[in-house]
Amino acid sequence: MESVIAVEGLGIAFEQGGVRTEVLRGLDLKIAPGEFVAIVGPSGVGKSTLLRVLIGLATPSTGTVRLNPDIKADRAMALVFQDSRLLPWRRILSNVCFGLEKTQLSRVERRERALAALAGVGLRDVVGRFPHQLSGGQRQRVALARALAIRPAILLMDEPFSALDVQTREGLQDELIRVQSASGQTVLFVTHDIDEAVYLADRVVALGGRPGEVKISLNLDVPHPRRRDDVALRHSAARIREVLFAETIAREDWVI
Amino acid sequence: MRGATPYLLAAIGLALFLGIWEAVPRLGLLPPTLLPAPSQLPAAFLREAKSGIWGDSVLFSLWHYAIGLACGTGFGIVLGVATGMYRPFDWALAWIVRVLRPIPGLAWVPFAILWFGIDQTAAVFIIAIGCFWIVFFAAQGAIRGVDRDLIEVAEAFGFKSGPEKLVKVLFPAALPGILIGVRTALGQAWMAVVASELFGVSGLGQRMQQASSLLATDIVVVYMLTMAALYGLVDTAFVFLQARLLAWKA
Repeated sequence: MESVIAVEGLGIAFEQGGVRTEVLRGLDLKIAPGEFVAIVGPSGVGKSTLLRVLIGLATPSTGTVRLNPDIKADRAMALVFQDSRLLPWRRILSNVCFGLEKTQLSRVERRERALAALAGVGLRDVVGRFPHQLSGGQRQRVALARALAIRPAILLMDEPFSALDVQTREGLQDELIRVQSASGQTVLFVTHDIDEAVYLADRVVALGGRPGEVKISLNLDVPHPRRRDDVALRHSAARIREVLFAETIAREDWVI
Repeated sequence: MRGATPYLLAAIGLALFLGIWEAVPRLGLLPPTLLPAPSQLPAAFLREAKSGIWGDSVLFSLWHYAIGLACGTGFGIVLGVATGMYRPFDWALAWIVRVLRPIPGLAWVPFAILWFGIDQTAAVFIIAIGCFWIVFFAAQGAIRGVDRDLIEVAEAFGFKSGPEKLVKVLFPAALPGILIGVRTALGQAWMAVVASELFGVSGLGQRMQQASSLLATDIVVVYMLTMAALYGLVDTAFVFLQARLLAWKA
């Protein structure tokens, strides 16, 4: 099947005060339509930077990102940040309309689309509130609705649940799975939580090293709904840990 | 310690203030021409109001105030936002700002007269200068202080041009800071009103100047209180408006 996005030989480097830091090197990544890909790896390995490059907040130093032109979508990508980053002066409905204001949709259409997106995450009844009147979990669901409302070819998520308490996080994980299964949305999900990655994704890509490179890529052929203690998933998580952990040990040995 | 207590204490404070004020000229501690007693003021006010001078002065001054405030605030916001958004523009203006900033509105009076004559425009000009700097710096600071994360949200959703970012994120996010500047300007503009009318343009300032040259200190105080009342009204209305505009704040 033709992929939605093809990343080839992607390298990202920063220059600060004359010192060049290479964050990511030679990354290849293809994502199929409807696929849920999770990227894991330690902090500083360039996971978030990759998302920033894909959405256009940063530019790569090498490599190409090609989007499949046959995919029908309002916009190529939408991003859900770690903190919800709702606009505090806008009511919830208006926050979800935000991304749609860049489209050709009429005011009424935008409103309908935003209401549908909010209903999709179970927040139809808080549309008139301001962000500060919502809980952290609710705010993050609004941020998800804001991203989904623009019907992106790929939904990018940057550690979206890492700031939430365990119960809320697990609730939102299940919610995301439900929304994703229902819509067939293609997702690229970044997290440092390996258990979260294997619970959610169809495929987990682990980045490690400095500069970051793909250390292992695993397909998880366990159908949803999954059990958090599923043996196959536990096994995959263990393998990813092994690879990333060996990497960390090796690096620390080398430092000593 | 809540309930009616704050109001009661406020009333006691005000009564005490008026009592002392009344006592000082009555007890002969100061002659009434140096300090008119508050009890003289209603009569003085009625004389001024009946002759029509009070009403006319208030209307003239309100007019100068409104236009001067609008111009000063408007230019202040535009230039403050522009220098806040675009560093090169800020650098280009930096030393012009340093040269002009410390010059008080009153110092512009000779030029105001030369450029506009003894005319309402001259008064408006001086008031506008008084408000401009306050709002300019408030707007510049507020724009610079906008959370980078929110600007990124705008960029991530495709609002990449300066004007788009301004409308979608920068201006609404900076509005609380800008409004603080505008509120300061509301008071500053009344001070400028007096200065701007000292040289013969009709209004409260001119009338105060006339009264004080005749040692009609009760009239002077009537206009001082008039100005306080007008400021109180404008400020109250502004606070109300501000609360509406910033209803989203926690």
